Amino acid sequence: MKQHMVFKRFERFWHWSQAGLIFFLLATGFEIHGTYQLFGFDQAVSLHTSAAWCLIGLWVLAIFWHFTTGEWRQYLPTTDKLGAVIHYYAVGTFTGASHPFRKTTQAKHNPLQRLAYLWFKLMISPLIWGSGLLYLFYNDWAKTEELLSLKWVALVHTGAAFLMLIFIIAHVYMATMGKTVFSLIKPMVTGYEDEETEMEAKQARKPGKVSG
Amino acid sequence: MWCGTVLKGCMSLAVMLIMVVTAQSDAAPQLDRNSSTADHSRFTSLQGPFNSGPEVTEACLKCHTEAAEQIQQSLHWTWEYEHPVTGQMLGKRHVINSFCGSVTSNEPRCTSCHVGYDWKDMKQPPPQAENKVDCLVCHDTTGQYAKLPAAAGHPAYSLREVPSGSGKVLSPPDLAAIARKVGSSGRQNCGACHFNGGGADGVKHGDLDSSLITPPFSLDVHMSSEGADLSCADCHTTTAHSVTGSRYLTNARDSLGIDVPGHTDMSRASCESCHGFSPHEEKKINEHVDRVACQSCHIPAFARGGVATKTWWDWSTAGRLDETGQPIKALDDNGHPSYFSTKGDFRHGENVVPEYRWFNGVVQYTLKEEKLDVAHPPVEINKIGGSAADASARIWPFKIMHGKQPYDRVHQTLLVTHVFSPDDDSALWSNFSWPKALKAGAEQAGQPFSGDFGFVETEMYWPITHMVAPAADALTCQECHARSGRMDAITGVYIPGRDRSVSLDTIGWGAALLVLAGSLLHASGRIMMTVRRGKTK
Repeated sequence: MKQHMVFKRFERFWHWSQAGLIFFLLATGFEIHGTYQLFGFDQAVSLHTSAAWCLIGLWVLAIFWHFTTGEWRQYLPTTDKLGAVIHYYAVGTFTGASHPFRKTTQAKHNPLQRLAYLWFKLMISPLIWGSGLLYLFYNDWAKTEELLSLKWVALVHTGAAFLMLIFIIAHVYMATMGKTVFSLIKPMVTGYEDEETEMEAKQARKPGKVSG
Repeated sequence: MWCGTVLKGCMSLAVMLIMVVTAQSDAAPQLDRNSSTADHSRFTSLQGPFNSGPEVTEACLKCHTEAAEQIQQSLHWTWEYEHPVTGQMLGKRHVINSFCGSVTSNEPRCTSCHVGYDWKDMKQPPPQAENKVDCLVCHDTTGQYAKLPAAAGHPAYSLREVPSGSGKVLSPPDLAAIARKVGSSGRQNCGACHFNGGGADGVKHGDLDSSLITPPFSLDVHMSSEGADLSCADCHTTTAHSVTGSRYLTNARDSLGIDVPGHTDMSRASCESCHGFSPHEEKKINEHVDRVACQSCHIPAFARGGVATKTWWDWSTAGRLDETGQPIKALDDNGHPSYFSTKGDFRHGENVVPEYRWFNGVVQYTLKEEKLDVAHPPVEINKIGGSAADASARIWPFKIMHGKQPYDRVHQTLLVTHVFSPDDDSALWSNFSWPKALKAGAEQAGQPFSGDFGFVETEMYWPITHMVAPAADALTCQECHARSGRMDAITGVYIPGRDRSVSLDTIGWGAALLVLAGSLLHASGRIMMTVRRGKTK
């Protein structure tokens, strides 16, 4: 059985270090928010800040990578098969139908994933970075600016953190919805998709095969 | 070749220079700040004998020609302060506090802490004569000079029995011996009054008591001999007998910073005067100093030196006598007074955690003319100015003194209490009758008194600024950045860790839980259907 590379080394590095940092940021962030005590407030603040700078650095690298490789096109929204994918998650997954979408190197994400990741990149992330940087540099703007208050910055940051938490719950669950529980997670770890599934993907693209 | 020689020469020159510089810094003499150009024991005018305090003062003034006039212009003398912001006439001559009440009508007792002799009537300014200034109370270095408790500022001049009836006879202080050893004011001098305000050691301030005379480093890093070993006047810089630092108009946010001689106000009565605006290594902590007073984090508790401070004084219960008609003196479990017939009920505390308020330094008093809002106790004996919106205000620690004080039910004003008198029969401490004591107090103060009096709960703010703890004992972040903590009374500012939007949290956690529950439901649906399909195959 031939194997085919779908997630390159950088993508995997980016995905998993981002995942780790986001989990850590959520843990320290909700401690700063006052939800529980874990590291102690001062430790939580300094860990949260360091992790945030790491994630910003990672993002700069990732943006650079996406633009130089043209991989940013993976996130362009499409309505092609969107209805079929939604139908699959609502019905097909219970009846044992096969997934209407198979990833290829040209299209790694199904149309629903594209929308979800676009939402992550254009909504959740800018909100959390913008409010987080304003929060971090509060003392540098608060003196001159009265329109914006720390309270609103903090509330937007908290709200964005909840959006991130919700995204992660849904993302982690949906990652288990492949052929087997780990079949979608495996290529994210090893980078390789089985050739067999690549064949199936071609089959699946034929009209009339879309499950209903 | 010559290059190498020049290089060698330069290097040895550099080494020599370093050695010279090092040697010089090693040899820099430690200045003795207590040295003086005068040996007072050799002055003929100080040989005595002196029969009274004023006689000593006359001798001092022969050389220190301007000293009495300087003192007579100072707050230590006038006990009068016209507040430049509120316009109120304050000072001990005018205010009522929540401890012993007023000086008016109790003069010979209270003026034992006046820097002079013979001020017996608060309606009059202090005596004009220059020999009425008391030099020794601030400049005695022997510890032998002490004003009598109720002699209008005089020390003992004859043999006396202390306590009365004990048979122990004390000889009066040797004024000439004391005068020959005068020096700059030390802790004992300032402490004689400022440690004992409110009637006993530590009672009033909470951050000033006798434990500061030889404090361990853990109690006060500035005054401890293991620390900076400063005396009061090192910070409360004094020129022409005028002392810096005020509780009526506090420098709540020093905008001048490090006090460079010739460049600033020559006052070191603020932390910033020595430590500047960014004393911490960590940037985020320095970013607090514009809104949080240094004292808020660096004085984690007051009354830490083993001397308790009074936290509650209920005058309404005063006057109760025992079955035999004798006054009662009861102590609590820690040995602190809990009830005196003369004064009422007390509560004391050690290691008291301060309360925190916005403070811009402006203090307004409830003077005896001002109408009280008795419907909404506690009545504030003094009000502190400042809020989050006020850029000159910072979050300060306070001792808030609580208690009950007499007021006139008809006129709705605080009443002057006549508690002490050596000879009349109306003082509370000798006859235990409130109606008589209040009538006499009102008469003395020229205050209207209806005869119908009650007791109202009061509170009084005392800013905490002494007893600075070692840096390692400063508050940790979560003392304030927590749902419930030291910042509970602070409004108008978003404090991370304390504040949140409850509705946003509810919506956020609710939505996250819904997605989680939805996922679990979806997963169990998948499992059930897979099992069912397996069976039908």
